[in-house]
Amino acid sequence: MGKLKTIARRTFLIGSAAIAGGVAFGVYKVRQDPANPLLENAKSGEAVFNPWVMIDGERITLITPHTDLGQGAESMQAALIAEELDVEFGQFETRFGVPAAAYWNTAMAGDAAPFKSTDDSFTAETTRAFMSGLFKVIGMQGTGGSSSVPDSFDKLRMAGAVARETLKAAVAQNWDVSVDDLKTEKGAVIMPDGTALNYTEIAALAAEMEPVEEVVLRDPSEWRLIGSQMRRTDIVGKSTGTLKYGIDVDVGGMVHATVKVNPRRGVMNSYDAGEAEKMSGVLKILPVTNGVAVVAENTWYAFKAAEAITCDWGPSPYPAEQSDHWKAVADSFTDDRLDKVWRKDGDPDAGLSGDVVEAAYHAPYLAHAPLEPLNAVVKVTEEGADIWVSHQIPRIVQQQVAAITGHDTAQVKLHGQYAGGSFGHRLEFENVKLAAEIANQMRGTPVKLTYSREEDFAHDYPRQISMARGRGAVKDGKVETYDLSIASVSSSASQIGRIGMPMPGPDSQIPAGAWNLPYAVPNFRVSAYRVPELAPTSSWRSVGASSAGFFADSFLDELIHAAGADPLEERLRLCTHDLARKVLEAVGEMSGWGGDLGPDRGRGVAFVNSFGVPCAEVVEVTNTPGGIKIDKVFIAAEVGTVIDPVAFDNQVKGGVVWALGHAMNCEVTYSDGVAEQSNYHAYEAMRMYQCPEIEVRGLENGDTVRGVGEPPVPPAAAALGNAIFAATGKRLREMPFNKHIDFV
Amino acid sequence: MKITVNGEMHDVAVAPDMPLLWVLRDELKLTGTKYGCGIAQCGACTVHIDGVAVRSCQMPVGDLEGEVTTIEGLGQPQVLHAVQAAWVEHQVAQCGYCQSGQIMAAASFLDTNPDPTDADIDRVMSANLCRCGTYPRIREAVKTAAASLRGA
Repeated sequence: MGKLKTIARRTFLIGSAAIAGGVAFGVYKVRQDPANPLLENAKSGEAVFNPWVMIDGERITLITPHTDLGQGAESMQAALIAEELDVEFGQFETRFGVPAAAYWNTAMAGDAAPFKSTDDSFTAETTRAFMSGLFKVIGMQGTGGSSSVPDSFDKLRMAGAVARETLKAAVAQNWDVSVDDLKTEKGAVIMPDGTALNYTEIAALAAEMEPVEEVVLRDPSEWRLIGSQMRRTDIVGKSTGTLKYGIDVDVGGMVHATVKVNPRRGVMNSYDAGEAEKMSGVLKILPVTNGVAVVAENTWYAFKAAEAITCDWGPSPYPAEQSDHWKAVADSFTDDRLDKVWRKDGDPDAGLSGDVVEAAYHAPYLAHAPLEPLNAVVKVTEEGADIWVSHQIPRIVQQQVAAITGHDTAQVKLHGQYAGGSFGHRLEFENVKLAAEIANQMRGTPVKLTYSREEDFAHDYPRQISMARGRGAVKDGKVETYDLSIASVSSSASQIGRIGMPMPGPDSQIPAGAWNLPYAVPNFRVSAYRVPELAPTSSWRSVGASSAGFFADSFLDELIHAAGADPLEERLRLCTHDLARKVLEAVGEMSGWGGDLGPDRGRGVAFVNSFGVPCAEVVEVTNTPGGIKIDKVFIAAEVGTVIDPVAFDNQVKGGVVWALGHAMNCEVTYSDGVAEQSNYHAYEAMRMYQCPEIEVRGLENGDTVRGVGEPPVPPAAAALGNAIFAATGKRLREMPFNKHIDFV
Repeated sequence: MKITVNGEMHDVAVAPDMPLLWVLRDELKLTGTKYGCGIAQCGACTVHIDGVAVRSCQMPVGDLEGEVTTIEGLGQPQVLHAVQAAWVEHQVAQCGYCQSGQIMAAASFLDTNPDPTDADIDRVMSANLCRCGTYPRIREAVKTAAASLRGA
């Protein structure tokens, strides 16, 4: 649990990067407070305490700049502010805010820095701090990497506390009472005689005050909201069809568009829109980068016309056939492709001099395919551009639009929207750029671009393709040597390259979840090999750990079985990290590990630490005549503090369903340069009848508060494979598992 | 052509082969009904025609017979249908994009099967895809809604 601490506001805004020491970008820039975007528009009588709280005579508005992709970020951010501000749900409004450097993400880079999140050494801490500073200079208002909670936890509570103390100071000064005699509750300052002065009444007075600089965050024992069940701010809207997503935006005078872009991601040599031009409802057919756009009276007319256009597509810049992708991965376990040896304990080569256990694993490309297809509304005028879209990095959206329309970035206004899921899909910019290209050719007219599901699948930037080779040895019933080599394309380099930024150094995502296993195996080595870019790839929920975590824990499980040891007992014996041990012990207790499951059943355990969250899962399966039935999952995750138990439970279960569904039956494969999976009939993931009962436990033993959107994903596939082995004796080393075994 | 949606008659001038989904969303601006796949795989576009759950992406508006009810007509934020109330109580939604379809499917299902078994729920609700993985909560919410509707 967090400790009672005094944090100076000025220290907080700049302090988390204070150790950076000026390398590369300079401490001076990092130390500057980014401009406060709300001050520019602050009206007379409106107090602006900082970029997260606005109070005027009528309402209290909390700004929640982390994008709500369905994970509940809006409610979480509002709750953190409200906790310290002493306002209740129902007393405030929320706004997503505008893209601004002031909303920099202090936590996003933490896991990108090449140190194990279990490594608290000085070097690790200073490098993480430097990376935060670097991201602050970039002004990355990003949502991803399970960072919304860690980024917000102190900062937004500080914002609430500073606002509260400033309101109290204003009352103290104007009513001539001591601040120490004032309390706050339910959006009001309470005078010594019990009179309640609503924040909205005293906002103008507070506007004349300098914000209070030194505040004390409340002790966890005083929390009203954090740790309690809350009702999500969006839950009624999402249960009544009244909440608007990006795809629902309606701007007056808007036309509807769709695109048909080279599914091989190459050039378009030519197109014939003769038929399409004659179709009803079609307004315009316009060229766009590597494809063509149809502008129509409504979305369906646009879709139909796009189908009728014939295009001559150039070849893919990557191998046309899937087998060549796999070959490129397999050929990359070479010295010249070695990205980095991430861990070397003991003497692995000596440990492999006798009998060796060997295994090879595969993890395929995977699409994100959130249920809301890609979309954006853009209006371009001579004065600037407006874009309505849900995106995980809104500031770069502005840059991308500006580059197309020729405006300054400041002239691009982004209206953030709710997303119908993302899982990493909305880190990319194709929809943004294409909508801007179309609207720029129709200045003055707002254009809504909607992707068909097929176009969305074709242009998904999938999860990295990767393989691993494990070699290990056991002795006297114990795992003695563990040597894992992972070869993968770099989704991080692919993704960052598309926004024109370099990614120097090795890619820490390739071994994520593998090199930081908390086990004291005497000889332990994890090496990463960089496969040259094949199909372009991107971050997919849990990123590198989604594949590396599967490889790492599956291979450990193989060695434990080779040693004849109990899978959970041996992991616990080897475990050197206290927080990791506790999640393993928790799932052991929850699942009644060791108890008899009966015939044709098996259980498997797995552990991965990703995004700083130690997470263990036990999966139970039955080997039925028709195939494997996943009966039950037990999962424990260490997050420091559970902010909202309902949101936590929902996110964790969702992560398990996501991971198991894709492990069972999903992959993206290329043929003739085109992704073969065009819609959900070929990319089903989990349906309700396959969904196991899932029992969740959040542990709060650590000092650091973590997000849980991604960490439940990596252990799930490994635990399922381990369970299937226990039930059938068949070891699954290639995802999707349905290539090798049936599921019911 | 004339169609009745949520008790209101509309005159829509569109091609008769246009799916009801797009008439609702782009012509009538009833955006609670969602486009997810266009091929009857995901169920996000589920509406009721004379009370029966139908995939609106597969229903040419020219072939429409009967009255359409969308999520907006099932209940409203201040007057929730029992299924919506259960969805709020269990906080089912994550991204929520599939939930209009899930709720419409569940409402129609409970109309014909007021006391479903767990297997019934799994069988029928498996037709609706949720990428966020809210299935455990959907199961519970359907049971709560069933109990509530039986008691009503």
